[in-house]
Amino acid sequence: MSTIALNTSSAIGNAAAADAGAPVRIAVRNLNFYYGDFRSLKDISLDFYDRQVTALIGPSGCGKSTLLRTFNRIYSLYPEQRADGEILLDGQNILSPSIDVNELRARVGMVFQKPTPFPMSIYDNIAFGIKLYERLSKAELDGRVEEALRKAALWDEVKDKLRQSGMGLSGGQQQRLCIARTIAQRPEVILLDEPTSALDPISTGKIEELIEQLRSEFTIVIVTHNMQQAARISQFTAFMYLGELVEFGPTTKMFMNPSKKQTQDYITGRFG
Amino acid sequence: MAVLSDEIIVSTNKQTVRHRTSPLFDQGFRSASYGSALIVLAVLAGIIGTMVYGGWPAFQEFGFGFITSSIWNVGADQYGAWVAITGTLTSALIALVIGVPISIGIAIFLTQLCPPWLRRPVSTTIELLAAVPSIIYGMWGLFVFAPLFANYVQIPLTTLVEGIPILGTVLYARVPSGVGMMTAGIILAIMIIPFIASITRDILDQIPTVLRESAYGIGCTTWEVVRYVLLPQAGVSIIGAIMLGLGRALGETMAVTFVIGNANRLSLSLFDPSSTIASRIANEFNEAAGMQMNALLALGCILFVVTFIVLALARLLIARMKTH
Repeated sequence: MSTIALNTSSAIGNAAAADAGAPVRIAVRNLNFYYGDFRSLKDISLDFYDRQVTALIGPSGCGKSTLLRTFNRIYSLYPEQRADGEILLDGQNILSPSIDVNELRARVGMVFQKPTPFPMSIYDNIAFGIKLYERLSKAELDGRVEEALRKAALWDEVKDKLRQSGMGLSGGQQQRLCIARTIAQRPEVILLDEPTSALDPISTGKIEELIEQLRSEFTIVIVTHNMQQAARISQFTAFMYLGELVEFGPTTKMFMNPSKKQTQDYITGRFG
Repeated sequence: MAVLSDEIIVSTNKQTVRHRTSPLFDQGFRSASYGSALIVLAVLAGIIGTMVYGGWPAFQEFGFGFITSSIWNVGADQYGAWVAITGTLTSALIALVIGVPISIGIAIFLTQLCPPWLRRPVSTTIELLAAVPSIIYGMWGLFVFAPLFANYVQIPLTTLVEGIPILGTVLYARVPSGVGMMTAGIILAIMIIPFIASITRDILDQIPTVLRESAYGIGCTTWEVVRYVLLPQAGVSIIGAIMLGLGRALGETMAVTFVIGNANRLSLSLFDPSSTIASRIANEFNEAAGMQMNALLALGCILFVVTFIVLALARLLIARMKTH
């Protein structure tokens, strides 16, 4: 037990400490989610803090991805899926029918398990998303593309082949391209759904470094199966089980001294 | 003890005895499947050989002029294939121009927009459309579609465009009977839609959900997702589906013979009767003899070559797009 605590504490050393004084960016209130008749999220209430990384952890099927997918309402592509309750993004309920979901999705960016470059050039992969919502001159657009690629730590690798297809990049590069595409739209929140599950350890390391840097500008929510990853990169952690939020708190506390036995069992690998 | 060990030996022996099929059987199996493959080649070679042999006298008699001449006069025993060749290509082109957008629209509707309860009925209907025999399309085209087309499209359009430079020629019906090149193209379009639509639907279905979700995820509308992400992603495969439709349109015989009007005259108007290679052969084969028969077989050779060239070009296009 003590060795595990030691291991995790050394891992936690990498990430900045939780800033409990940060303002709340997303407030989830009594959120229920249904796939048809199946209730997969049960009365979730939870706050996500501004410019902090919050990790959602829990065994498969616990609802962590489902919760993530409510924040940009991507679930509404599927008519049998619905949510009730409230999700307040800067005080505005995004579950309200009057919300323009396309505009919402430009404010809340999402990166998926597998890299999904669009079938176009590297440059257009970034510029496409910007052009959806902003009219910019060629020079401004070039600047935004470069800025996004630099922030995603991809610029040096692709600056000489911006006109080539995004499909030609390696898996890790493709995933950073997807992150660049997301941040190019200057969103407020970035959702990451197991962004490194399809990547090798070196690419994973790069993405984790990147997340640490992006935290200064964006509120980040990451779903991960990898407990070490959650410990390394997040300031807050929420542990979910069977559609319920079991425990939420600063990552350091969650890993060193969880209040619930279930959390401890999961973190130490006793189930899940 | 001795008995016991004997039993053990017997039982282990039993396990190691296996039934081997005779090597002869495997040999026979190989030859059989090899032979099946060869039969296809032999049949194809046989067909080409017979057609070239049968058509040879016509090619010899008229030379290159057989292709470029638009005179087809059975009485004078003068034959030229130009009208039939252009008719074949034009009717197939009209079919594509009308059929491809509709097919892609159907596929997009089915995969992206259709409510789940409606998906199966529409899909089934489209597959049923593919199962309708071409003679039915021909009869329907001649008895139902052609009169309506004459009354509501040809006659009004002809009066409208009369005297206008290019339109006045292309859309002018000298005899607004409803049959003609345009009618054939439309019927062909209806016939190829089920093929192109159902293959395109399958292609769009195979695109990973995450790609679609990530396009919606940056705030795309459905139109933007389809136009900029899904269709380019499907790109080359959709061209393959279109080529399959084109292959069918080029060779379709029965339905076209009913509605194209079977004229041997070259006309610039899409509303005038014309003929295709297949419809010409179907019309005249019964009573053909001598040079006419040779000319029809030569037409068949040309259809072979035209289809082959079109499909080869399509392959080339697909290969170039893939390396791009």
